[in-house]
Amino acid sequence: MGHIALLGMNHKSAPVEIREQLALVCRSEAHPLQALPRLECVGELFSLSTCNRVEFVFTCNIVDPAVQEVKSVLLSHLGQPGTFHLEQYFYLHQDVAAVEHLFRVASSLDSMVLGEPQILGQIKAAYREATVCNAVGVILNRLMHKSFSVAKRVRSETRIGSMAVSISYAAVELARKIFGELSDKRVLLIGAGEMAELAAEHLRAQGVRQMLVANRTLERAVELAKQFRAETIPFAHILDSLKTVDIVLTSTGSTEPILTYKDIKSRMRERRNRPLFFIDIAVPRDIEARVNEIDNVYLYDIDDLKGIVELNREVRHREAERAHHIVAEEAVKFCKWLETLDVVPTIVALRRKAESIRQNELNKTLSHLPHFTERDKQAIVVLTESIVRKLLHDPIVFLKKKSDRSTKQQFMDFAQQLFNLMDGPEMNASPLQGEEETYPVDLEAAKVSEK
Amino acid sequence: METALLITTTLCYLCGTVGYLIYLSKEEDPIHRAAWTFLFLGALAHTTAIIIRSIQAGHLAVSDSSEALSFFALILVATYLVAQIRFHIRILGSFVSPIAVLFMLGSSLLPVHMVPKTGIIKSAWVALHVTLLFSANALFALAFSAGIMYLMQERHIKRKSFGRLYLRLPSLERLDRINYVSIVIGFPLMTLGLVSGFAYAGTVWPSFWSWDPKEIFALVTWVIYAVLLHERLAVGWRGRRAAWLAILGFSAVLVTFLGVNLFMKGHHAAFVR
Repeated sequence: MGHIALLGMNHKSAPVEIREQLALVCRSEAHPLQALPRLECVGELFSLSTCNRVEFVFTCNIVDPAVQEVKSVLLSHLGQPGTFHLEQYFYLHQDVAAVEHLFRVASSLDSMVLGEPQILGQIKAAYREATVCNAVGVILNRLMHKSFSVAKRVRSETRIGSMAVSISYAAVELARKIFGELSDKRVLLIGAGEMAELAAEHLRAQGVRQMLVANRTLERAVELAKQFRAETIPFAHILDSLKTVDIVLTSTGSTEPILTYKDIKSRMRERRNRPLFFIDIAVPRDIEARVNEIDNVYLYDIDDLKGIVELNREVRHREAERAHHIVAEEAVKFCKWLETLDVVPTIVALRRKAESIRQNELNKTLSHLPHFTERDKQAIVVLTESIVRKLLHDPIVFLKKKSDRSTKQQFMDFAQQLFNLMDGPEMNASPLQGEEETYPVDLEAAKVSEK
Repeated sequence: METALLITTTLCYLCGTVGYLIYLSKEEDPIHRAAWTFLFLGALAHTTAIIIRSIQAGHLAVSDSSEALSFFALILVATYLVAQIRFHIRILGSFVSPIAVLFMLGSSLLPVHMVPKTGIIKSAWVALHVTLLFSANALFALAFSAGIMYLMQERHIKRKSFGRLYLRLPSLERLDRINYVSIVIGFPLMTLGLVSGFAYAGTVWPSFWSWDPKEIFALVTWVIYAVLLHERLAVGWRGRRAAWLAILGFSAVLVTFLGVNLFMKGHHAAFVR
């Protein structure tokens, strides 16, 4: 019986010094999968390495020696990290726990920022790499595809990734709830803080093309304008530009408000009341709080945005609980599939399929032949039984012969596909149900009947 | 036959509404598809029922309040179904479909009167008058729903407290746009509907204007929408005020349509009682 094991370390198990090491390794060219042919006890191997984690997933028949081998690959992958004893930061999961861990990583339940979407892309890239190196086979192929579909399920069934957890992104989401489409909106940046820059970047990513920059020091304004392909306007013209812009991001060091209730109120009529969204991330604030009372004007300051982010984090944590449930369920399902990838269940499934076809056809035929005597019928039954038995004899002998091969899973998988005994390895990430749930029952029957 | 069809219709609308209300809290495609299909099937059954009744009566079946409410519910559902195909504003269904159900239930609760045939009702003018006005009213119902959604969503954003619906409701600009488009199309329809009514009244009664309560309220409604449209186009009113005015306008529609039918006398009463 094959085992799945996972050896790795992440931002929870290793301190930042070690993770810095990881970040370096991330950028290096050498790929640990190239070591696979030298590993005797390891069947298939998949490795993921980002600056927050390394994970090695592998299959093996006997766990301990395989772990030692993978550990040595992992250590050489990480290079010689000075005085640290790396091994104490590793964790090892086996079988269901390993599968569950991988699903959790893919669903971003194990990420530093819960629910962040990049990790799935990183896993997909690493998987592509592994297929190129021919390091993955029947089991890990299926496991990886399953992890993609689990991640998708988590994303669509929980709200884990649906709400912004950074201040700049929270501001952009608000803008989308006010304006809908952002591509035809004009943005004015006043001041040039780092946060404002981030928010501006997010806005650009959302399709905003027209940006204006106003800053007291011209050099900085020009620099920013270059970065965002924006125009610069003199600081004194800010009030005039309020007629044409839709989103205003302020982050100046001014101690006095630079935009007041009166300034804005008087310009709304000229704007024909088109909505105006102010994002004030300066401390002290650049815009009078009362501005929010004007019709069609929305003002968010840094505390408002922080509040939203805080709330969203809580939502994500609540949703993570539900996601854990989904992940655990899918991990168990996957392991059940893995168990069926053995000789006995495959043979039993094959026999059952043949038997059910025989029964169906027999019933169909006999119902059309009412004039047959009991003896005739019995003869036909015997005939069908012996045809089925003889037809299945060779495939079954073949499968039994493979039972002590290290590659037996491939044969079992192939046999199952050939006879369509259950869903073949999931090459496209579509979730499959039904068969997987009914199959374990068959498995129990199998064990009894083979004894 | 038509009673069975009308009951089917009401059940379909009810299922559709329940579907849309679930969809409000749970965004899943199959739920929306099921809800939409229920409304669609309901509308088919409803159309058949009204055609049968109209053929039996020899004129468009709007000769009492029960039939009028039912006909309005059909036009409302049809308008929403078309709007959904055209503009993909699914969540609007959660607000519009309950209105249709209320009208259907109202229609089935009101007694059916056998109105003495006056001959007036048989004219094609009446069918035109009623269809135009009901279509306008259906669009105003969409504007009303969008207005309510706008006020809810604006409240979330202004007060900075985000309820569950915040994520589900569309952006403010989109809601304002729905409000605007519905009224821009609805207002000319209403105007034509009123003009056709007055023109026809002029031919069958001594005068086209007779201080009938329904006429007065209809004019008030017309003025409200005229103001809303004018302020929008000329001054650039939008957002909260436009939403409130759309809500006020539809309330006036309801008074004109239901209040006058049920509680006041007048010469419309001859065929709405």
